[in-house]
Amino acid sequence: MSTTFPIRQSSLPSHPPPRPQSLPPQSSHYNRPAPAGTSTAMSSTPSSGPGLRYPSNKKTIYDRNLNRSKNAELSRAAFAYLFIEMIAYAQRGARDVGDLEQRLNNQGYPIGVRLLDLLLSRSSNPLASIRPTRILPLLQFIAQTLYRHLFGRPADALERSGTDSAQYMLFDNEPMVNTYISLPREMSSLNCAAFVAGIIEGVCDGAGFPTEGVSAHSVGEQEEGKDGKGAPLWPGKTVFLIKFKKEVLEREEILARGGG
Amino acid sequence: MVVFALFIISKAGGLIYNREFHTGMNKLSSNDLLMLAGSFHGMHAITKQLCPAPPTPTNPASTAAALAPSPFSNRPSGLEVLESSHFRMQCFQTLTGTKFLLFTEPQQPNIDSMMRKIYELYSDFVMKNPFYTVEMPIRCEKFDRGLDGFVKVRG
Repeated sequence: MSTTFPIRQSSLPSHPPPRPQSLPPQSSHYNRPAPAGTSTAMSSTPSSGPGLRYPSNKKTIYDRNLNRSKNAELSRAAFAYLFIEMIAYAQRGARDVGDLEQRLNNQGYPIGVRLLDLLLSRSSNPLASIRPTRILPLLQFIAQTLYRHLFGRPADALERSGTDSAQYMLFDNEPMVNTYISLPREMSSLNCAAFVAGIIEGVCDGAGFPTEGVSAHSVGEQEEGKDGKGAPLWPGKTVFLIKFKKEVLEREEILARGGG
Repeated sequence: MVVFALFIISKAGGLIYNREFHTGMNKLSSNDLLMLAGSFHGMHAITKQLCPAPPTPTNPASTAAALAPSPFSNRPSGLEVLESSHFRMQCFQTLTGTKFLLFTEPQQPNIDSMMRKIYELYSDFVMKNPFYTVEMPIRCEKFDRGLDGFVKVRG
């Protein structure tokens, strides 16, 4: 069985090497030498020696069921602060808004590749734990399963582009990652949901549906005045444009002819 | 039931946000506003110094509070409310030294809860915004929108 994970060649210059950290040798209290006389007796218990430390009930993370953390929720504020640092990291050395979005996309990509496997292996229905092989099931998987896992709700709409048959549009009225973000005027074209676009791209690539790229665009302003008040109903509305490569569409056609 | 304006003063005494919700205030130039904020900052520091010394417990070793002294419980708060016949000014200082000034009508009820809500909006939409630099003037669209929604519902 040869599963090859897609490895993306990044066109970005590599980040500067991390500053050399001067770790004091053997300074931590974890590996303090045991006093003479107790050495053999004490070091046989797993919790006192160096290396993996076990909780007192001997249950490590490996003993837990994979499905246990399915409904675990994380703090939104903690994510917001982490996301601030992720954006600050991506901003370091970014040439322009497009470059910044590409960097955020690259941060999300590996998450998508991993989440695809994780979510499929966690699904309770054995029939649903096969990788999607057609475009629509894949997009349904993204809009339902992936979105529910990440944000606790499904995506708001899924459409096929009228002009380009290779292009699909996934709508999110209020991306969770943008909840607290107000863009400065000089960066008004930026959409930080590029991170989510990277996750979606990772899922598509991991499932064997290579894309030309997934990008996030704000469309809230275009719908201005629909409700008559002048203000857009969803000011943060975002569309993810998913453009599949030609070979994906060719395969899709063959599969459609063969009846799936 | 009128909320006139909100000022936010940084811990260095600079005016980093001002917003008028209701017409009826004297028009001040931006320079005047900055001076007003600076003067208030100084006055607030003086009123803090005027605070009477906190009573010292007779036997400090026996009380539980002495075991874990809180740096904030005895902290003098300085000027909190200034009331005149036409307006009331409420000052709320965060633990980090940022001051919120809210100008309302003297009869306005529930200013404390309003202030808490404004602080909440500030910590959500200003402090969690990746593009905001601490101590700099606040230009956050979502904060403006949140304040508008909140004050309009109240007003």
